[in-house]
Amino acid sequence: MIDAVLVLAGPLAAFALLGIVPPLRRSGKPAAAVAITGIGVSLVAAVALLTRIHAAGAPSIAEIVWAPMTTGPSITLGLLADGLSASMAVLVAFIALLVQVYSLSYMKDEPKPSFGRYYTYHSLFAFAMLGLVLAHNLLQTYIFWELVGLGSYLLIGFWFEKPEASRAALKAFWTTRLGDVGFAIGIVILWSSAGTFTFTELFAKVDGGALAGTALVLGVAGIYLGAMGKSAQFPFHIWLPDAMEGPTPVSALIHAATMVAAGVYLMVRIAPLLAHTPQVATVVFAIGVLTAFLAASMALVENDIKRILAFSTVSQLGFMMAACGAGAPSAAYFHLVTHAFFKALLFLVAGSLIHAVHTNDIFKMGRLTRIMPVTCACFAAGALALSGVFPTAGFFSKDEMLAGVLAAGHPVGFAILLVTAGITAFYTGRAFFVATMGSTDSPGHPHEAPLPMKLPLVVLAVLAVVAGVGGRLIPGLFATSIAPLAEAHGHAPFFVPALATVSALAGLVLAYVGYERRGFDPAAVRRSFGPLVTVLERRWYVDDVFEGVYRFVYLKVSNAIGWFDRFIVDGVVNAVTWGTWLGAGRLRTLQSGRVQDALYATAFGLVLIVWLAWGW
Amino acid sequence: MTLGNLLVVAAGVFAIGLFGVLARRHAIGVLLSIELMFNAVNLAIVAIAWSKGLIVGVVLVMFGIAITVAEIAVGLALVLLASRVAKSVVLDDLSELKG
Repeated sequence: MIDAVLVLAGPLAAFALLGIVPPLRRSGKPAAAVAITGIGVSLVAAVALLTRIHAAGAPSIAEIVWAPMTTGPSITLGLLADGLSASMAVLVAFIALLVQVYSLSYMKDEPKPSFGRYYTYHSLFAFAMLGLVLAHNLLQTYIFWELVGLGSYLLIGFWFEKPEASRAALKAFWTTRLGDVGFAIGIVILWSSAGTFTFTELFAKVDGGALAGTALVLGVAGIYLGAMGKSAQFPFHIWLPDAMEGPTPVSALIHAATMVAAGVYLMVRIAPLLAHTPQVATVVFAIGVLTAFLAASMALVENDIKRILAFSTVSQLGFMMAACGAGAPSAAYFHLVTHAFFKALLFLVAGSLIHAVHTNDIFKMGRLTRIMPVTCACFAAGALALSGVFPTAGFFSKDEMLAGVLAAGHPVGFAILLVTAGITAFYTGRAFFVATMGSTDSPGHPHEAPLPMKLPLVVLAVLAVVAGVGGRLIPGLFATSIAPLAEAHGHAPFFVPALATVSALAGLVLAYVGYERRGFDPAAVRRSFGPLVTVLERRWYVDDVFEGVYRFVYLKVSNAIGWFDRFIVDGVVNAVTWGTWLGAGRLRTLQSGRVQDALYATAFGLVLIVWLAWGW
Repeated sequence: MTLGNLLVVAAGVFAIGLFGVLARRHAIGVLLSIELMFNAVNLAIVAIAWSKGLIVGVVLVMFGIAITVAEIAVGLALVLLASRVAKSVVLDDLSELKG
C-alpha cells in the first residue's frame, strides 16, 4: 500500500514543509514549486494505485489499530483502495495539479508571502480531500471531512481583507457545519448499532441483516445531512454562490474535485446502506430534484459569470444526488467525474476571462472570440459539456442519470430533471453568447491567457469532450469496488437520449436566438415575468428565511437563555456568595486576636467536657 | 495525708494556675501560671502513683518535668523575640491575628 500512502504523503509533506518553514512559504515561487511537486507525486502514486487495483481486480485495504478496545471491536485507521476511491484519488490529484499550475499565472500579482500561503492552503486542501477519498471507515472520513471544510474556509476567505470574502468563508463553514452535526450523529448511531466504523463491515452487516431498522434509517439520514451541507443541497446551498468571493482557481477546485464532490462521493460510497433504506433514498431523490431545478432557475437571472457557474454546480449536484437516491450511484459517480472536468474547465475559463477584462459581469464582456480564441474555444467545449450535447462528456453521464431515474420509476422527477437540463443549456448558452460574442466591447485591453493558464484549459477541454466515451470504464471500476453495485443497469429506452438532446439543443438555440441573433428581446421577457424574476433574484428567499430564522428565532431564544443564565443561574450563585460573605463578616469578630480569649474558650470547653462527662 | 487531700491541693494549684493564665497580662506571668498548672498535674500523678504503690507514676513525672523545662525554654525564647519585634510582652498588644 506504499502507493496509497504516497498519495497522501505528497500534499501532506508539502503542507508540513510550507507550514513549518516560514522563509520557504514567504518566498513565493519556490513555495509553489514545493506544493506542485507534492501534488504531482500524489497524482503519479494515485495512477499507480489505480493501475494496480485494476490489474489485481480486487480492492486493497491496509489498516492499523488506533484505539484498542477491551470489549467489542477496536477502532482502526486505514486506507481503502478500490476502483471507486482510487479513481477518485486520481481525479482529485489531477484537478488539484491543474488548478495549482493555473494559479501560478492567475495569482502572480499576489505579494510573495500570500502567494506562498495560497499554496500552503492548497496542499492542505488536497491532502484533506485525498484522505477523505481513501478513508476506509466513517470516523476517518469524518476527520478528513472536517479538514476539507477547514481547507475550503481558508481558501474562500483567502482575501480576508475583503469583508465579503471573510463573511463568505464563515458562511460556507457554518452552513456545512450545520449538516456535519447530522453526520456526526449518524456515525454514532451506526456505530452504537453495528459496533464498527468500517465500510466493509457495515456493508456486510447490512447485507446480513444485522444492521437494520430505525438505527439504520437514522444513521443514513444523519450521514445524508452531512452530504447535504457539503454538496450544497437545498436548503444548504446558500453558501456556494457566496463562496465565489474566493480566488477563481479555488472555485474551480471546490466545484470540481473537492468539497462539493465530497458529499456525492460519500453517498456513492455508502450506496449499499442507502439501498437498504428506501425512505432516505426517496428523500435524497426528492431534494436532489428540487435542488437541481431551483438552482438552475436562479442561474437564469444571474449576471456574474462565477455565480452562474456556482448555481450550475448546485444544479448538477442535485442531478447527482437524485441519481444516488434513485439507486443509480454509478451514474452519479460518472457524472461526478465528467462534471469535475467540465466544471473545472468552465471556472478556469471564467478566471481567464476575469483576468483579461477585470469584471465578473457577463454583460460587460463581449467580442472576445478573436482576442482570446483558445479561452473561447475551451469555453465552448465546457458549455457544450455542461449542456449535455452529444458527443461531449456531459451527454453520456446525464443520459445515464436520467435513465437511472426513469428506471427507478420516478416519471415526475424525470420530467423535472429533463426541463432542468433544458434550463441548464439555456443559461449556459446565455453566459457563453453574452460573454464572448455580442456587441459590447470588453473594457480595458483584453489579452489571451498566458501558457500556465492555457495549458490546463486545453487539457480539461479535451477531457470534457472525450471523457464521456471513456465512461464505459466506470462499471469496471465498480467491479473492483468493495461494494459491487447490483443495480438494474438495463439499456435506457431510446427516447431518453433523444429527449435529453432535444432539451439541451432547445435551450442552446433559444439562448442563441435571444442573446446573439436578437430574435426576441430577453429584457422584455424579463419584464413580463417581473414578480417571478424578483423571486429568482432573491434566490427563492432561502437566504432570507435563514436570516429570519437567525434573527427572529435563534437570537430570541438565545437571548432568553442568556437572560435565564445571567439572572437565574448566576443569581443563585451570587446569592450564595453574598450570604456567605455576610455571615463571615459577622463571625469574624469572634477572632479578637488576643490569646487569652482563645484560652477562655479552651477553659470553657474543658469545663463543658468535664460537666458532660460526670454530669456534675 | 490522704489521696483525697493531695488531689484537693493539686486541683487548687491547677485552678490558681488557670486563673493566672487567663488573667495575667504579662507574657512571663502567663508562662509562670502554665508552670503552676503543670506542677498541679504532676502532683496529682505522683499522689495517685503513691497511693497505689506504683513507681511508674514517678517516672512519668520525671519525663513531664524534663518536657516542661524544654517548653519553658521555647516559651521564654518566644517572649524574648516578641519583646524585640513588637516592643512589648503584654499579651493584649500582641493581637495581629484579629479577624
